[in-house]
Amino acid sequence: MTSALPAAVKATGVDKVFTGSRGEVTALAGVDLEVAAGEFVSLIGPSGCGKSTLLRLIADLETSTGGTLEIFGKSASQARQDQDYGIAFQQAGLLPWRTVRDNIGLPLQLHGQDKRTRAARVDELTALVGLDEFVDHHPDQLSGGMQQRVAIARALASQPRLLLMDEPFGALDEMTREYLQSELTRIAAETQAAVVFVTHSIPEAVFLSDRVVVMSPRPGRITDIIDVSLAGERDEALRESPAYFERVTAVREALHGTHVDRPNER
Amino acid sequence: MTPVEPRALPRWARYVAPIAVGVIGLGLWMLYTSVLGAAPRMLPDPVSILQELIARWDIIWADMLVTGTNALIGLLVGSAVAIALAALAARSRAVDGMAAPLVAALAVVPIVAITPVLNTMFGASSQFGRQAVAGLAAFIPVFVNVLRGLRQTRAVHRDVFRASGATSDQTFRFLTFPTALPYLTTGLRLASSLAVISALVAEYFGGPAEGIGTAIATYAKSGRADLAWAYVAGGIIIGLAFFLVASLLERLASRRSSA
Repeated sequence: MTSALPAAVKATGVDKVFTGSRGEVTALAGVDLEVAAGEFVSLIGPSGCGKSTLLRLIADLETSTGGTLEIFGKSASQARQDQDYGIAFQQAGLLPWRTVRDNIGLPLQLHGQDKRTRAARVDELTALVGLDEFVDHHPDQLSGGMQQRVAIARALASQPRLLLMDEPFGALDEMTREYLQSELTRIAAETQAAVVFVTHSIPEAVFLSDRVVVMSPRPGRITDIIDVSLAGERDEALRESPAYFERVTAVREALHGTHVDRPNER
Repeated sequence: MTPVEPRALPRWARYVAPIAVGVIGLGLWMLYTSVLGAAPRMLPDPVSILQELIARWDIIWADMLVTGTNALIGLLVGSAVAIALAALAARSRAVDGMAAPLVAALAVVPIVAITPVLNTMFGASSQFGRQAVAGLAAFIPVFVNVLRGLRQTRAVHRDVFRASGATSDQTFRFLTFPTALPYLTTGLRLASSLAVISALVAEYFGGPAEGIGTAIATYAKSGRADLAWAYVAGGIIIGLAFFLVASLLERLASRRSSA
């Protein structure tokens, strides 16, 4: 990358060791990764490969025990306080006592924006994720897929240049999942945010990403990075194109080359 | 054998059934007291109790106010102290470690038993002893429930708040407190009944000559069964009022607490 912009994520030799009552567990060892501004990168690998840990380090929800980690040229902690990233998890994590509007506006409220500014931004966001009609509903009145769209809108509230997603579609049915994948590529293109996306679904990683980072466990490390570079729009036709299947196979082989005994990926 | 599933009652039956039980109960009571005339002297029939309640309403109401006020002050102060202490305990392990054995000790003390001591401490003409007893009784369920509620925040919510750069005050205001709110109202519902019972029973142990409990004791001793029972009805009304208000609060608070 020779771009003048600082990389969205720049990890150099990042280690993470958890110290528990049963001794030390190395979750990540010597991770080097660079995600360019506006780039869509998926992290894929079996359980325990540290993909979620890496995401949580980037989000400053955990602290690395070695190496350096920069988000837009800042420390992870500074980037978190500056709201440089938005984050969504497998669970939507909406506050049940708040309406959709107040859930999406939460990050803005925490940063002291007044009600009118918030309302304008929430209107933009609900339009972006297609939930205009549901702003005054409570989360328990929404389906799982709709709740997840609210969570994505909330992650985008403070116009972050980086979106972190930890298996956001993992708990959804296949139809909803494919629909939201298409939605996400559109949203990422519209907002021009870089995305780091954790998943254990190979087709999902290939469909969404510019690059797929393949990881393996014990200790968690990056074993391969596959350039997807599928030209053009991410639409339903892509899911049936030969180029797409070729990349899916490439990622699968990269995964299985890493001594995975349980090929339980989709 | 297949277990027999009780059939759901139709809507009308849900209201009629308890009323029917009440009517049957009253009928048996009347039968025992008025028709058979076999009841002990201190058990009058329900009609004369009701007549007494209406005839003496002004003095009963005055005593209800005294007992009700004692219970209310105890409930409010006891709950406020419990909430403050629970908030401290949730934030600091040291406070939690100090409070836990104290609360456990308090929970096994029969609180009304210390009333005579309190009465002597604060003077026989002061209502303070009774209010203190009600407050102590209300303190425990509120403290236990609020402390539990303050620890119910979900990991994903904490992550969202941390990722949004929320300050610890904001996290308390927008996450920890709303999560604990249904637990607080459950604690208040339990405490409201306890406060009324404690304030009333505390009156049996001396203190000023006002209040429902004092009146029940006085009229029972002097053999005025109708009036004693009318005062018991007054006590039931206080307890019911506290319970209904607290239940309403609880229902409002837990409407959106799941999902």
